[in-house]
Amino acid sequence: MNTLSDGKTPARRTSRFARRKWINRVALTLSFIAMIFGVFWLMWILWETILLGFAGLSFSLFTQSTPPPNDAGGLANALFGSFMMVTLATFIGAPIGVLSGIYLAEYHPRGWLAVTVRFVNDLLLSAPSIVIGLFVYAVIVIRFRQFSGWAGAVALSLIVIPVVIRTTENMLALIPSSLREAAYALGAPKWKVIIHVTLNAARAGVITGILLAVARISGETAPLLFTALNNQFWTSDLSGPTANLPVTIFQFAMSPYENWQQLAWAGVFLITLAVLGLNILARLLSRRK
Amino acid sequence: MILPNIMLDTQTNAPPPVKMSVCNLDFYYGKFHALKNINLDIPANRVTAFIGPSGCGKSTLLRAFNRMYELYPDQRATGEILLDGENLLTSKQDVALIRARIGMVFQKPTPFPMSIFDNIAFGVKLFENLSQIDLEERVEWALKKAALWDEIKDKLSQSGASLSGGQQQRLCIARCIAIRPELLLLDEPCSALDPISTARIEELIAELKKDYTVVIVTHNMQQAARVSDHTAYMYLGDLVEFGETEQMFFKPNRRETEDYITGRFG
Amino acid sequence: MRSGTVSDLLFGAVARGAALLTLALLLGIILSLIIGAWPAIERYGLGFLTHNAWDPVQEDFGGMVMIYGTLATSGIALLIAVPVSFGIALFLTELAPAWLKRPLGTAVELLAAVPSIVYGMWGLMVFGPVLARYVQQPLQAWLGGTPVFGALVSGPPVGIGILSAGIILSIMIIPFIASVMRDVFEVTPPLLKESAYGLGATTWEVIWKIVLPYTRAGVLGGIMLGLGRALGETMAVTFVIGNMNQLRSSSLFEAANSITSALANEFAEAAPGMHQAALIYLGLILFLITFVVLVFSRLLLLRLQKNEGKRA
Repeated sequence: MNTLSDGKTPARRTSRFARRKWINRVALTLSFIAMIFGVFWLMWILWETILLGFAGLSFSLFTQSTPPPNDAGGLANALFGSFMMVTLATFIGAPIGVLSGIYLAEYHPRGWLAVTVRFVNDLLLSAPSIVIGLFVYAVIVIRFRQFSGWAGAVALSLIVIPVVIRTTENMLALIPSSLREAAYALGAPKWKVIIHVTLNAARAGVITGILLAVARISGETAPLLFTALNNQFWTSDLSGPTANLPVTIFQFAMSPYENWQQLAWAGVFLITLAVLGLNILARLLSRRK
Repeated sequence: MILPNIMLDTQTNAPPPVKMSVCNLDFYYGKFHALKNINLDIPANRVTAFIGPSGCGKSTLLRAFNRMYELYPDQRATGEILLDGENLLTSKQDVALIRARIGMVFQKPTPFPMSIFDNIAFGVKLFENLSQIDLEERVEWALKKAALWDEIKDKLSQSGASLSGGQQQRLCIARCIAIRPELLLLDEPCSALDPISTARIEELIAELKKDYTVVIVTHNMQQAARVSDHTAYMYLGDLVEFGETEQMFFKPNRRETEDYITGRFG
Repeated sequence: MRSGTVSDLLFGAVARGAALLTLALLLGIILSLIIGAWPAIERYGLGFLTHNAWDPVQEDFGGMVMIYGTLATSGIALLIAVPVSFGIALFLTELAPAWLKRPLGTAVELLAAVPSIVYGMWGLMVFGPVLARYVQQPLQAWLGGTPVFGALVSGPPVGIGILSAGIILSIMIIPFIASVMRDVFEVTPPLLKESAYGLGATTWEVIWKIVLPYTRAGVLGGIMLGLGRALGETMAVTFVIGNMNQLRSSSLFEAANSITSALANEFAEAAPGMHQAALIYLGLILFLITFVVLVFSRLLLLRLQKNEGKRA
């Protein structure tokens, strides 16, 4: 017991402690620097986006179609095409996602199908979006021998589905089972209980999930590159190549033409604004609940 | 509760020296005034129990002793807490060094996510640079002190989480003892344990006071009567009465104390 | 009541159908990729992975350059993002004053939602030139003559290449990893932390020796999530990697290529046939890599749950 017999050890404690305290201070300072480092980049990116994007904002942005190089124009066709495809994708993807989510939470949550679907859903959530584009290319574009807005919408909807499944299931799982039991006790059939009671109670969460999915696809570029492709003209016909904002930004930003680059910044600004707006809306909605 | 008293009292008839002294202590959670002008002396090598209904401030008082409340920004204490005459609240010593002198055990067992051996060695290695042999010796010593050695000496490399609840709590006590504190704070140490584990911890407490000053918070009055030499009854942030346990339980000075102890209130 | 049963059956069948559709989707993706890539798989087999050629005219294809680009950029991204995210999470849980915690945490979460095209465009237009001017050129001046390091920094100073792409990716995944780490740090039981503080441990010791081991599965899960993002990311990489199929130069500043940027740049214009098949083969490989990463992170999470069961 030699280490125990030397009485009190405050002096020894202090000598060792000085070093520990120093390490602690260095580590915490590094953590602070990391925070500054992270915030610095992100602020820089947002700052440039606002600065350069704001400069490119004008009324004609929303009224004129994408111009040829070194000519005046706007992004109207791209905005319209993106709006069409995102809307369509939401209307295709959200119902499928909500229904699957209902199956996972309300039907056999521990059955083989639910377990498998949950795993597959995780896989789809983390699948590279460009691979989704490849899939839709193989299934739709090759079949119809044409790039099309429909193909773009389907590709985007495939990104909506897993996001909505995940949030719907999570939100439904939060509903206390006593609420369900109370409804069943009144003799209501299962589908009525689900639609009028559980889904209704989880409404805000489910809508939040759909909003987040819309935000996600609004900025997605990769799955549109070889499905919707792009189009420099205004068109409301989705059966051919369709103009859209992300791919337009990609092409214009990579080009050497100044007016195209400026339009690209304006487009990036609009996308950032829309995506952040949708996210904040979703947060407000889920917080009020 | 009487037996150990006799042993100590035969050594000296003088009252035991004061280990920790609380003077005019006030405590606030934000704007809420949780402890009101607390004054009491905690005698050395004795077990002092804090009792009282939930929310009376007994745990708050305990957490002021090692400045644990400082982890939370809206909590603050004013007044003095003297450990061997040194005011902990204004001490220039780093709080970590103060905490090394004051061990604390919590309501629930909190084994660290590491082996049993490392659970004990963790605290030791913070303050002392021991050779492997000395370290092993220290771990064995602490586990023996906590009456845990015989049960687990063959599985020191297993995870601390693999022990039973009572064993985990004794592991936590051993962890505190290993850095050789002067004062042990036990915050309802048996509240998550079954009666048999509780009895073992109570035996252990009686053993520990030979070497340490022990302060225990408990919501269980029988436990306070069984293990403590002195008892403090608290109510709504006030220290209502403080005295020798025997006197507190058999002829309390204050009516409120009597009501609480006899179960007419609380 | 009978109408209830019929609609019940119907509704159940529709919900089940939707769930089955999700399953079919995955099988469809894998099948269509295999079918699309089949000509290339048949011709090159696994040798595709190590074949260093990409010649659409001669129809000779190999994936080594792109696979290397994808792995290297993701590796650089993790190297930067993991320590920074850990620092941010540590700051948010232990150091930030209460009034800063919420706004900073929300800001980090919102930044995770910013579309990758924004990062890519910023990287090309703003960051690339800055990197070339203030990092690469000084490094070239300093290390130019030395044998190994000189090669690492050689190349035209335009600020595109593996390093640029890696840095942009890291900036993009920092919010993801940091918010997962913060979430798992925050669920660490306060009593566990207090026990360590009670022994006299410093904040750093509590985080490094208690919180991190306690949450390691969740932390690794978050890192895997970030890795998955980085591997599959298209736009943030395509803008700045330079899209050159070369491995001759070992320079971090030389234009290179990744799987996603090869697909983004070439697929729409590739002639059906071996060129397209080779690109789809690349897509299949990418999908398999992310699959492996996901399965690995899933196994980690399973272990976490098992450990929790033991604790309870």
